[in-house]
Amino acid sequence: MARDYKPQIVTANDLFEGDAVYFTASNNWSRDHGDAIVAYSRDAAEKILSAANAQQDKVVGPYLAETVMGDDHRPQPVHFREVFRTRGPSNYFHGKQAGA
Amino acid sequence: MYRYDEFDEAFVRNRVAEFREQVERRIDGSLTEDEFKPLRLKNGVYLQLHAYMLRVAIPYGTLNSRQMRQLALVAERFDKGYGHFTTRQNIQFNWPRLKDIPDILDTLADVGMHAIQTSGNCIRNVTADHFAGAAADEIEDPRPTAELLRQWSTDHPEFQYLPRKFKIAITGAPNDRAVTKAHDIGLRMVRDAAGQPGYEVIVGGGLGRTPMVGKTVREFLPKDDLLPYLEAILQVYNLSGRRDNKYKARIKILVHETGLEDLKAEIETAFIRQKRDFPGVPAELVAAIEEAFAPPLFDNTRSLAFEQAQAANPALRSFVETNVAEHKNPAYSIVSVSLKPVGGTPGDASAEQMRVLADLAERYGHDELRISHEQNVILPHVRKADIPAVYAALREAGLATANIGLVSDIIACPGMDYCALATARSIPVAQAISKRFDELKLEREIGPLKIKISGCINACGHHHVGHIGILGLDKAGRENYQITLGGDGTETATIGERTGPGFDAGDLVPAIEAIIGTYLDLREDASETFLAAYRRLGADPFKHAIYGEQKDEVRAA
Repeated sequence: MARDYKPQIVTANDLFEGDAVYFTASNNWSRDHGDAIVAYSRDAAEKILSAANAQQDKVVGPYLAETVMGDDHRPQPVHFREVFRTRGPSNYFHGKQAGA
Repeated sequence: MYRYDEFDEAFVRNRVAEFREQVERRIDGSLTEDEFKPLRLKNGVYLQLHAYMLRVAIPYGTLNSRQMRQLALVAERFDKGYGHFTTRQNIQFNWPRLKDIPDILDTLADVGMHAIQTSGNCIRNVTADHFAGAAADEIEDPRPTAELLRQWSTDHPEFQYLPRKFKIAITGAPNDRAVTKAHDIGLRMVRDAAGQPGYEVIVGGGLGRTPMVGKTVREFLPKDDLLPYLEAILQVYNLSGRRDNKYKARIKILVHETGLEDLKAEIETAFIRQKRDFPGVPAELVAAIEEAFAPPLFDNTRSLAFEQAQAANPALRSFVETNVAEHKNPAYSIVSVSLKPVGGTPGDASAEQMRVLADLAERYGHDELRISHEQNVILPHVRKADIPAVYAALREAGLATANIGLVSDIIACPGMDYCALATARSIPVAQAISKRFDELKLEREIGPLKIKISGCINACGHHHVGHIGILGLDKAGRENYQITLGGDGTETATIGERTGPGFDAGDLVPAIEAIIGTYLDLREDASETFLAAYRRLGADPFKHAIYGEQKDEVRAA
């Protein structure tokens, strides 16, 4: 692992619902950020992104986003934008956080 | 109001059928996202942070009760039970599923609505004064012109691939409620020496990352010359507008780089050519459009009921003070319905509220509704005697917030609660400000004040023309907000000035409070508005209030 590399996950929007999804180790997509496969090197990130990009029939716009490991040893979002994507809008309780 | 003719109807239905096939081909994998994206954008379908979003056009902000009920139906059947009215007088549905969108578009087509040209580098929905046809200060209703422009620009083959999007706004009144000077083209109705109405044509206004106040290219354009003149402007822009850099592609940059005089000469040359070949708009078409916008049959019976009800009900009186404007018919008023309850989301209306508004329009408002760029709903023709009943119904529906033009009547773009382009959130900022000033009970004391909030530099929240503008940015992974002061979106349009470094979310509301406190301390009296006081005093006392001595020293150094 390169010293300056920060772990990343791949996220996208679901083609049908449009909501945030995360690429998993089983080459599939989950709605839970914690299920995402984590890339610990640039090479791994490229590989995961390219596998995700091959699934254009399921998702839109896969991209890499920085992550950190939470206390539960599952990947957590870092940037506030990615945090919001795990929850939904903050103006009132609806969207993902409401289990919709 | 204008009703779609057979041509409009067939055109919209064909577009829905075409889009239905495109969606099917995307879902079955025949189209990649790269292929599909420009097609969906042409039909108003965006992909946002948490879901797809469908932007539906409300041409010049006018709709009838049947259309409003249909929007309520869409919100309930296909979305989460609400819609969001935007600063472009449109409505956005934030949660449609991709496969449902063709059905939504069919549902809208049933009432003559669509999502065409609500996205892409074309002429967008033409916006107009939301008091059009009702305002006491109006020369003429600008909507027949707006409708003519809608028909002319819809699917206009020459203007489907402009360098960038193109927005036209029109007002028929000297008091500019349509922000005409911040549009690619602004049209202001004026009279010539002989008293004939025509247009002052303003070009190159715009907000975004390079905010500019539009410049007048024609002091007076006769009405008959409008289409060839607009075609001349668009031809010059289409040929010379920059296509190398998306951020320099709007006509405002062309005006800036070419210079007004040179550009004017190019436009006038193109205009001579266009006018020579222009057969004129068929008189029967003009007559049909004007007929569609003929004023309703007003009931001129005067009654004391309105005055009596106000005397008996202070809450109604307070509502009338802010939300009721002068109508051209003295027996009538214009009622603005605020979509800005304390702590609410500016511009959101539930399906139930939409139905209440539709019912009120039908019963008391000659079946007309307007959406304002300030994200409120207008009942443009309400008999004064009916205002107490309208108010009571609004109150029951949670729609009687008496704050039009006051500190909590905030414009806010969707920001990072919904929008994929946003760099920070804007709605929670609006919520926090409206809650704070509700606690302080200072709103009436402060008087007219426009706060406008954008969640990114694209400025959908019009922050540059807010008396107080707020721009949300991502500063090294934190939401940070810059403040601008002294902006103005009316006929005296001005771009606000940045105060200095931005504020983190927690410090922003205290800063806004300090700015407003400074105004209250320094105004000459209650009749001097925030904007007038800012113009008299300049930025320094306000900067001092939010940055303190330290900032003064830095500037002195």
